[in-house]
Amino acid sequence: MSNQNSFGSNPFDGSLSKAALSRRTVFAGLAGIGAVGLLSACGTPGTNASAAKTPAYATDLSATEKVVNWSNWQAYMDTAGSKFPTLDTFAKQTGIKVNYTEDYNDNDTFYAKMKPVLEAKQDTGRDLWCSTDWMVARLISLGYVLPLDKVNIPNAANLEPSLANAACDPGRVYSLPWQSYFAGIGYNPHMTNGTAVTSMDQLLHDTSLKGKVTLLSEMRDTVGLVLMEQGKKLDSFTADDFAGAIAALQAAVDSGQIKQFTGNEYMGMLEKNEIAACVAWSGDVISMRADYPFMGYTLPEKGFTRSTDNLVIPAMAQHKTNAEKLINYYYDPEVMAKVAVDNYIGPVVGTKAIWEKTDPTVAKNELVFPSDETSARSQVFRTLTADEETSFSQQFQALTLG
Amino acid sequence: MALVVPGPRPAKRVTVKRKRGAFTPLLLLAPALLWLGVFFVLPTISLASQSLQSGSTSSGYTFTWEFSNYADAVVRYWPQFLRSFGFALLATLITLLLGYPLAWFIAHRSGKFKTILLVLVVAPFFTNFLIRTLAWKIILSNEGLVSTVFRDTGITSLLQMVGLLSTDTLLGSPFAVVAGLAYNFLPFMVLPLYASLERLDLRLVEAASDLYANGWQSFWKVIWPLSLPGVVSGTLLTFIPAAGDYINARLLGNIQTSMIGQVIDGQFLTVMDYPLAAALSFILMGTIIVLVGLYIRSAGTEELV
Repeated sequence: MSNQNSFGSNPFDGSLSKAALSRRTVFAGLAGIGAVGLLSACGTPGTNASAAKTPAYATDLSATEKVVNWSNWQAYMDTAGSKFPTLDTFAKQTGIKVNYTEDYNDNDTFYAKMKPVLEAKQDTGRDLWCSTDWMVARLISLGYVLPLDKVNIPNAANLEPSLANAACDPGRVYSLPWQSYFAGIGYNPHMTNGTAVTSMDQLLHDTSLKGKVTLLSEMRDTVGLVLMEQGKKLDSFTADDFAGAIAALQAAVDSGQIKQFTGNEYMGMLEKNEIAACVAWSGDVISMRADYPFMGYTLPEKGFTRSTDNLVIPAMAQHKTNAEKLINYYYDPEVMAKVAVDNYIGPVVGTKAIWEKTDPTVAKNELVFPSDETSARSQVFRTLTADEETSFSQQFQALTLG
Repeated sequence: MALVVPGPRPAKRVTVKRKRGAFTPLLLLAPALLWLGVFFVLPTISLASQSLQSGSTSSGYTFTWEFSNYADAVVRYWPQFLRSFGFALLATLITLLLGYPLAWFIAHRSGKFKTILLVLVVAPFFTNFLIRTLAWKIILSNEGLVSTVFRDTGITSLLQMVGLLSTDTLLGSPFAVVAGLAYNFLPFMVLPLYASLERLDLRLVEAASDLYANGWQSFWKVIWPLSLPGVVSGTLLTFIPAAGDYINARLLGNIQTSMIGQVIDGQFLTVMDYPLAAALSFILMGTIIVLVGLYIRSAGTEELV
């Protein structure tokens, strides 16, 4: 910019330039060497690094500090005004105060926030949080979560048998389910002229829905539904199957059928007639129906995904025993029945009997207490190897970002 | 930045005695240098290193001079790069068109309301960026006022013609993304323009009309050239962050409007392909530096400063 003008006429320019240049060159050279050294000094350890596999323990302060720090998703707890009644009852019964924060917005972001802390074997400031199945598998493989001491959780015996041997945590050593939900197809009958949307094939190809369809940005749900539509099993599909599902989705995107890939923003769009149909989570549909009872929901005949968010205790947690006592408290069916389970599928046996007495319509809701027949049609996305995860999410991202 | 008009030059150069105070400038600079070193230089070096690593999430990434990351980034995501610069350019032009008259009005026509108006320009900053963008979802929603007015007046069809809309809904379109960007970065345009225009001596405009210049001529020959430093810094402050923005495209766009910021975000957080993400960031940074360099040259501000 103005440099040329102001320095060009510098009277010392001629005499000094050589010395200055050579010195500058030396400095530049040194800086260059330093930079290269720094460049190659950096590196990112892999997820298979064997040293990371044993979780790190902190001294358990549970006996002296009567608190538990719990990070959870939003709208995942019973509320009364600004209070959480079941948490208050727990505090009264045990003297343990629960610092309950709803800062778990999505698995990837939360993981990105916690990873550096866990990697450095430091305290995350949390004693308990809820991760989705596939994230639980990752956390276990990295040694980022602690095995649960079942002596402190006798109520774990109430766990729904179908959830006892999850692929992400065989034998439930590190985790216990908090709530489960399905991903199926939601639609607004006002936008589809009253027709039901019953299959992924219809969602991706019916021209009357063109440009009015959203899919979930959660890879396992969107791709899982397409895989099942194509007759594949979610516990055994191959990389080629996955690529085939991506190709089908890409064709739908290219044809202009798909408006967007979203998180649960689809709720507002469906309510405001901006979209006609979408892949939707069962819990969201139940809460939408409170205000929009006409909303349609299909669990596709060829299968639908089931996901579970699981309670885990992170490595270096300071109040592990207190956290286990809290888990035990919620695994009492009487308590679990009070949590916001009229939206989600609870993991505790005996909850249904309680709802049958208090509100039989909830007990009959297939999205809250699915029958054995419905459960049998649901599938869980298999655990991916780290390399598969990179390759699959790379393909999925290329799809969602046009 | 050297883009601000300097005050009148001092008539005489004051010779500073450099005996005791030789280290004072260095000491004064130290906090800023330290800050830049720790929070800019080191992260940049680490990012540069990361962009040249190879490996996988499972085995870890090691430094191998892997320049193919850059080629890979360009081949895979050039449409998002192009789109980002296109959207940022459009948004910058819109903010300039909206911001210039506004800045002129505040500088010369607002009288005692000047302070209030300036506070109003800055007021949106008191609300979170994300919340402001979310508000646009409501503003542009199908049953909203804007949608209705646009549909009834034919603006919708006009926007469809120029390719900023593909359907008749405003949300989830290039139009919504550009509008969101223009809204969010408007204050960054108005404030430097105001600073430039406020300093402008109105007697020069009077002189122009005394010399029989019409309104357009006195604007084009007098006001515009004198306000160029403000225009340049305003456009830079708008264009640079807008090109890297990902919130607007994520909340107001659709699949066909994704910007490079979203790609980088996804590569870092979801895919965890750190080398590719770092390479993308570097390409974005490099392209912006080149574009800005060319722009400043062609704007010829050096003669004005």
